[in-house]
Amino acid sequence: MSTDPKTLPGADPHTGNREIDPVTGYDTTGHDWGGIKELNTPFPKVALAALALTVIYSVIAWILLPAWPLGRDYTRGVLGLDQQAMAEARLRNLTDLRAGWLNRFEDPDFAALSDDPALMALAMPAADRLFQDNCSACHGRAGGGGPGFPVLHDTYWLWGGAPQDIALTLQVGINADHPETRWAQMPAFDWMADEELSEVSDYVAAMRSGEADPDGAAATLFAENCAACHGEGGVGGLMNGAPSLVDDAVIYGQDADTVMTTLLNGRQGLMPYWSDRLSDAEINALALYVARMSDAAGSTPSGATE
Amino acid sequence: MAVTATLTSTERQIGIAISAGLAVLGLAMAAVAKTGPMALHGGMALVLGLALVFHLGGALYDQPEPSARRQAEYYDAPTRFGIVMTLIWAVTAMGVGVWLAALMYWPEATPPVPATSFGRMRPVHTSGIIFGFGGNALIATSFYVVQRTSRARLADAVSPWFVLIGFNLFCVWAATGYLMGQTQSKEYAEPEWYADLWLVVVWVTYFALYIRTLARRAEPHIYVANWYYMSFILVVAMLHIVNNLALPVTWGAGESYTIWTGVQDAMIQWWYGHNAVAFFLTTGFLGMLYYFLPVRAQRPIWSYRLSILSFWGIVFFYMWAGSHHLHYTALPYWVQTLGMTFSVMLLVPSWASAGNAIATLNGAWHKVRDDAVLRFMFVAAVFYGLSTFEGSFLAIRPVNSLSHYTDWTVGHVHSGTLGWVAMIVFGAIYSLVPKLWGRADMAWPRAVEWHFWLAITGTLIYVVSLWNAGITQGLMWRAYDEGGALSFSFIESVEAMLPYYAARTLGGALFLTGAVLCALNCRATMRAAGDRVDEADRPLVPQPAE
Ligand code: HEC
Ligand code: HEC
Ligand code: HEM
Ligand code: HEM
Repeated sequence: MSTDPKTLPGADPHTGNREIDPVTGYDTTGHDWGGIKELNTPFPKVALAALALTVIYSVIAWILLPAWPLGRDYTRGVLGLDQQAMAEARLRNLTDLRAGWLNRFEDPDFAALSDDPALMALAMPAADRLFQDNCSACHGRAGGGGPGFPVLHDTYWLWGGAPQDIALTLQVGINADHPETRWAQMPAFDWMADEELSEVSDYVAAMRSGEADPDGAAATLFAENCAACHGEGGVGGLMNGAPSLVDDAVIYGQDADTVMTTLLNGRQGLMPYWSDRLSDAEINALALYVARMSDAAGSTPSGATE
Repeated sequence: MAVTATLTSTERQIGIAISAGLAVLGLAMAAVAKTGPMALHGGMALVLGLALVFHLGGALYDQPEPSARRQAEYYDAPTRFGIVMTLIWAVTAMGVGVWLAALMYWPEATPPVPATSFGRMRPVHTSGIIFGFGGNALIATSFYVVQRTSRARLADAVSPWFVLIGFNLFCVWAATGYLMGQTQSKEYAEPEWYADLWLVVVWVTYFALYIRTLARRAEPHIYVANWYYMSFILVVAMLHIVNNLALPVTWGAGESYTIWTGVQDAMIQWWYGHNAVAFFLTTGFLGMLYYFLPVRAQRPIWSYRLSILSFWGIVFFYMWAGSHHLHYTALPYWVQTLGMTFSVMLLVPSWASAGNAIATLNGAWHKVRDDAVLRFMFVAAVFYGLSTFEGSFLAIRPVNSLSHYTDWTVGHVHSGTLGWVAMIVFGAIYSLVPKLWGRADMAWPRAVEWHFWLAITGTLIYVVSLWNAGITQGLMWRAYDEGGALSFSFIESVEAMLPYYAARTLGGALFLTGAVLCALNCRATMRAAGDRVDEADRPLVPQPAE
């Protein structure tokens, strides 16, 4: 390109001057695209300085950190950092920090553990996080349960509410994949005659309020078919996973329609096992937390195996 | 004037041939299809092809030939169509965005059918808004800008229609496919292999048309806006092809396996993803900014040199930055360091563009005050500066360890897309619609002012609430108590989001209201079209048809 200003586009052929923008005082480059012009503003120094700063930042980062590939290797950086090692170190720090109190839960002496208020002050909030992150999706934020998922903050238990019972429930689950899982099934009674089914449903629905007729035909049916699991008169407490049918606690519902559904299809709730996901100490801390949920509700656990 | 009347009878015949080809393709797809989505998509192509055959066939001998003078005029009919499509996609995809925002506040409201689940609707929003709204706006304005700044008519009259109609067919295939559960599971590249192949054909045509038009230019130099549009077209083609390389499971279904594996797949995906941000959501719209802002302000571009620096800086640095999406992952540390440093260096050319645009307004500040259209463009430049600063900051590894996986990312996204992308599109639309429909102004000039305030309020509410949301989330997730246990459970961090999600829904609804107002205003303007000629248009240097 010629350096003679007179030959540049947009220049006055005699003086070589180009159109000056009155606002900024700069001349234009002489280009004109459908009315758009450009100013010949000199390169702003701040832009160059800023570019230089960001380049310096980058070069420092390249020197300190792993940065450029070299065939099968890469520049390691003078700090010698490795993200895997850093992540593991951070994890280790936290584990060490937790070990101070968590290790004490490896020994399931729950009475001694509960008697140490300092320990409880650290452990129970942590157990609450564990409960919220792992259990609340099924059992509710406060252990309030829901259709199909038992209440945990009351005093009625399928498998026992003492901390060691709960710990075992957590270790092996209920109807879970664990080889020693607690196993419980409410069989389907679809073979029963229709009128028998509705009689028994009405009978079971009336049990909670104590209004069930103990001498009717339904009572006989119940004694013959159900009492083996649910206990004499449906009082439960056999620690076989079959709930009491006379107390306030319900899993699926104890109105006649829901009982009918239960009888027609059977039930087999699934409680996952946690021994692969949580450490023994964490399970024990959680078990204590769950056991204390009902204490917090103002009553003592029933059905404990102690 | 009917659109078909802008085509000569030879062009109509070519159009009929291409449409018939599309119909045959659709029939073939429907015939080999083993799954519903592909059959439906084939059916759509068949119906569209046949409709176009009849439309053009009906006009073949009934419509008069266009006047011989047309070679001396700009060809704006495709731009008009593209703007209408832009508005339709804007309202639809932003509507879906508001719906999604509401669902995050109120998830129970999800209707119990698979098609409306959050996971299927979300890509309808992202693809619909980026490709449908952004893409149509880019294609439509690029046709307008390349002609004006080159003083040349589009190289031919058929391919712009092929590009626009073909591109919209791709967008509709994408959105309906998602609703039926069809996806490649790559963000922003969800459409399946046959839609991807179709887009390649469309895009190559687009690139060829653009280059051919530039080759006919009557100006000695290529204006910087065209450089930006060209980089958008070229790089998007490259990204699209590389990231979508996949083997179909069978020819009869929209199901495929990507050829990339493991961490390479992740890296390719985010090289694509980040450069989609760069070359779809940034350079194309910078092209738009570099044309419409100086024209509206009637000011020269502040610095020619700065535009050169920012163009090459942006094109060069962006290419390396994709790994900042994969910090603290299985991606090797050195790749992350490179991504981080190049993202930081990228800040300067980005700010050079924003600064150049704002400095161009020197001497026109009274216009910014009085003219809502110019104010849209000014705000766009400011948000471009803000979101690139934020982006470079988020790319720094320790910062990203706080922001990643949080709503801060979504806040950053929408500061870029609402504040920058949508604002510049609205500015361009309000500049173009009166010109292209032969009027001096929009039908309801005061509605433009309303739209501006709705848009800026909506954007600020959206972005500020998600900054708060994201930082709160990030801090809650990393908080440990003195015993080394987490201070918060995850669900507590979800509950903490509720007020922010409510605010975001409100901000989005305001923004959507503005967009609806814009669409109605444009419709009223189009209905009251006049025959005013835009005096700013320089006469074309007539060129012989190719
Ligand atoms: C996938 C849902 C689910 C999750 C998650 C879950 N549970 Fe359960 N849990 C159940 C179901 C269902 C039962 C009842 C099984 C039955 O009906 O026989 C149950 C039963 C129990 C029982 C026995 C109650 C009794 O009366 O004896 C305890 C204790 C318990 N869960 C505690 C927990 C704890 C603690 C966690 C978190 C570590 C947890 N559960 C996570 C579904 C779940
Ligand atoms: C083999 C043992 C067994 C027999 C026999 C049995 N049940 Fe059950 N039943 C269970 C178990 C275990 C459960 C708990 C199932 C669960 O939680 O998923 C249960 C649950 C129920 C429930 C649901 C309780 C609630 O809170 O929602 C009802 C109602 C019930 N049984 C009624 C009956 C009746 C009526 C019979 C006799 C016709 C019967 N059961 C016979 C084991 C048995
Ligand atoms: C200098 C320029 C920019 C840089 C360095 C940058 C950097 C970043 C970073 C670090 C993230 C977060 C990645 C993560 O943690 O997952 C991100 C996300 C994102 N940014 Fe930017 N950004 C820039 C400009 C923009 C602009 C202008 C837009 C829009 C117009 C934009 C759109 C997006 C989108 C859509 C995502 C989300 C990607 C996803 O995870 O789906 N960015 N950006
Ligand atoms: C009415 C205005 C809008 C609303 C209410 C809205 C709402 C949303 C919502 C709720 C999400 C999902 C966030 C999540 O999954 O956590 C989202 C994502 C996204 N939106 Fe929007 N949006 C709007 C406008 C836009 C516009 C105009 C664009 C682009 C031009 C855009 C681009 C995106 C992108 C790229 C994502 C994905 C972000 C990511 O993966 O990080 N949105 N939007």
